[in-house]
Amino acid sequence: MDIPYTVQPRPDTGVYNAKMGIWLFLASEVMLFGGLFSAYVLLRVGADAWPHGWLNIPLGTANTFVLITSSITTVLAWVSLKNNQFSRFKLFHAITLVCALCFLGIKSFEYRDKFMHYEITLANGKFADGHLIGKSRDFDLAKKTGSVTLHGYEVDQEVDLMDLHRPEARHIQREEITIPAVEIKKMGNYGPWHNTYTAIYFTLTGLHALHVIGGALVIGFLWGPGSRMWKTDPERFTNRVEVSGLFWHFVDLIWIFLFPVLYLL
Amino acid sequence: MSTYLNKFPPHRDDDRAHEHSHHDPGFWRTYIFSTDHKVIGIQYGLGALSFMLFGFFLMLLMRWQMAHPGEPVPVVGWLLEKTLGQVAARGALSADLYNSFGAMHGTIMVFLGVVPLAFAAFGNYVVPLMIGAPDMAFPRVNMASYQCYVLGGIVMLVSFFIPGGAAQAGWTSYSPLATSIPTDGQIFWIIGMALIITSSLLSAVNFIATIIQLRAPGMTWMRLPFFVWAQFVTGFLLLLAFPPLEAAAIMQLMDKVAHTSFFLPTGLAIGGQLANASGGGSPLLWQHLFWFLGHPEVYVLILPAMGIVCEIIANNTRKPIWGYKSLVYSALVVGFLSFLVWAHHMYLTGMGQKIATFFQATTMIISIPSVIILTCLLISLWGGSIRFNTPMLFALGFLPMFGMGGLTGLPLGLAPSDIHLHDTYYVIAHFHYVVAPGTIFALFAGIYYWFPKMTGRKMNEFWGRVHFWCSFVFMNIVFLPMFAQGMKGMLRRMADGGANYSAARVPGAIDTLPNSIMALHTWILWAAMALGLAQIPFIINLFWSIRHGEKVKSDNPWQSTTLEWQTPTPPPHGNFATPPRIYRGPYEYSVPGHATDFFPQNEPPDFVATPEVSTAH
Repeated sequence: MDIPYTVQPRPDTGVYNAKMGIWLFLASEVMLFGGLFSAYVLLRVGADAWPHGWLNIPLGTANTFVLITSSITTVLAWVSLKNNQFSRFKLFHAITLVCALCFLGIKSFEYRDKFMHYEITLANGKFADGHLIGKSRDFDLAKKTGSVTLHGYEVDQEVDLMDLHRPEARHIQREEITIPAVEIKKMGNYGPWHNTYTAIYFTLTGLHALHVIGGALVIGFLWGPGSRMWKTDPERFTNRVEVSGLFWHFVDLIWIFLFPVLYLL
Repeated sequence: MSTYLNKFPPHRDDDRAHEHSHHDPGFWRTYIFSTDHKVIGIQYGLGALSFMLFGFFLMLLMRWQMAHPGEPVPVVGWLLEKTLGQVAARGALSADLYNSFGAMHGTIMVFLGVVPLAFAAFGNYVVPLMIGAPDMAFPRVNMASYQCYVLGGIVMLVSFFIPGGAAQAGWTSYSPLATSIPTDGQIFWIIGMALIITSSLLSAVNFIATIIQLRAPGMTWMRLPFFVWAQFVTGFLLLLAFPPLEAAAIMQLMDKVAHTSFFLPTGLAIGGQLANASGGGSPLLWQHLFWFLGHPEVYVLILPAMGIVCEIIANNTRKPIWGYKSLVYSALVVGFLSFLVWAHHMYLTGMGQKIATFFQATTMIISIPSVIILTCLLISLWGGSIRFNTPMLFALGFLPMFGMGGLTGLPLGLAPSDIHLHDTYYVIAHFHYVVAPGTIFALFAGIYYWFPKMTGRKMNEFWGRVHFWCSFVFMNIVFLPMFAQGMKGMLRRMADGGANYSAARVPGAIDTLPNSIMALHTWILWAAMALGLAQIPFIINLFWSIRHGEKVKSDNPWQSTTLEWQTPTPPPHGNFATPPRIYRGPYEYSVPGHATDFFPQNEPPDFVATPEVSTAH
């Protein structure tokens, strides 16, 4: 006996095995990201102050459109196979892959920006905040030698760094400031360790990026070496494209939630 | 070895099922990297049994330490010192080592022992056969699942030997304790858990898809054996409850590696110094996410066991199971409600009365379907002509033992009594009654019951009975005293068994642990050792019977109705000689008018003269 319904749908459920499998898998993925989203809610509710406007909204919007485009081309790629147009499939999924790379490129640019962004607690109790321009050659925080140069500004209270959406924040004058090491009490960049907001931001988007990479690898395989199956077993190949497409839509959908939650709210 | 492997499943060269060309896949593909659900089931079974034995030894060492705090462990003490070094100086357990063993005993028993045996081993071997499928829906995913399980197990085992030792923060790994203990064991624990979670995720997807998609023609939902239903619900629990723990594990890993503060509150001090963390995190968040898995996990442990017991009781009472539909709906309700009770593990966190009331209510409600299931099984015995063979003995032992475990859980589900009992040995006794003499008895029953299908031979009946009665007696001597200890206020996770705690109190005061309570440690220690000895007949029986057990005379030695017995023994690759067709429900025993007292699901109906012919006019 061979395993039934590997390609043809089972009449009473209406799906073939792999499609059932991917839907179940996506249900578990919902719970995985659900766990992280609920962590986001709990952390935000318990926080003294929650950051606003720390992320670049135009870049986030651009990435949203990139992913939506890739979802559309994924559907079109599958439709092309259904219509027996293999070369159109190749074209559409090529666009999908380019979109995936584009998304990851923009995302890593945003990550780099956060790692270059420093908050410095000064000895006089004030806070300096800005992007790192450079450190003097003899800069050593432990030995208190040298200095560091930021492109940013100073505030009296740490809380003033939190909300960049408030009206006064528009008039912040950013300039080059050089701070000697002796005046630095604490210095750290906006990595995951900065506060719970950056922690959940990096964790959620990092996990999402891993999903993008995984999805792109599968689609890349089906676009490249895996597409040989089109000649031997076109129906099964079309199913594979459909199943990987379902996963890709899910990854897209997660981003649709991530974007407002992290960038806008 | 090689001769026994050749006789062992799953290849029978003389088979009708192998009309299409059949090439021998060789040793590695047959036994190590197999995609056959039966081989994977046996792999899971042997792996899980080994881990359970290992977890049992950890427990023995801890019991010695509790009865004789600080004294060198006899027999194996020198080995501990040699392999683990300073933490086992003089061959005695240090408090750190005790904590490691405690955490790993729980982790290994639950995640590497009982769940893989109950869900993956029995589920893999039996479910496709029961629903008339040639294999699982995704054989290669199935293999990947087993490999993830093995890798996860290896990571857990390796963590004992790294500097600082294995994880020490209990199987629940509460943060910030788990994050602040200076050992990388916690990182190993998290990575090991991630692998195990991946493994059970792949299994769960596979099981559910298989049960939905691969049921043979005529196998409607209400004709599924209850065991399949139990596995179906369990699959959903694993599928939906494990990912939040994976999310929590990711965050704890971030806390540990990237120095985030998901679970570290503001102002956290470790060793008298302010922790180097941004703070702002929530320790409660971990508890919520952990118990969101942790409670459904209880039903992951118990539902397959109930399924096994149901099959065996129906088979050995020779009558239909009482209330099949009630069983099915109860299992579904239990599965659903198990997602709504998790915070009854957290009454002491100061959650407030309103939330506590909600979780008390759901906890009381979930006991109703559980009781329905147990009652159905109990009533099924009534009026049956019961065959008392070893599987049946274990199945019958399950009923009162699980009953005790379940009923002693009620005081823990209500906040007022839980405040007194929380974190005491009462809790330990309660959940061990559910899992050890409960679930594990059912698993033993399953092994004795399906062994003839796997090997074509029965296990020795006499030694099976010895195994049952000794286990039954000693299990109770081990766990019953713990209720008394807990109610007297003995806390769990004390590395000296409460000696210091007891001595620190005013003698004779009301909350001192009396000597009579402390002396129970010695009882428990000896009973636990006896319990270990009682497993020797089982282990020998298991391996000896593969070659020397009594040969079964037919493919259906228990005269069962369900499909797994209507295949060749052991089932060949592809399982069924001809595609089965199902005509009736799973428990058609003693059907009036039928020639035998069992009516297999795939046997065509008897020819009956239709009464309409005579009454038509």
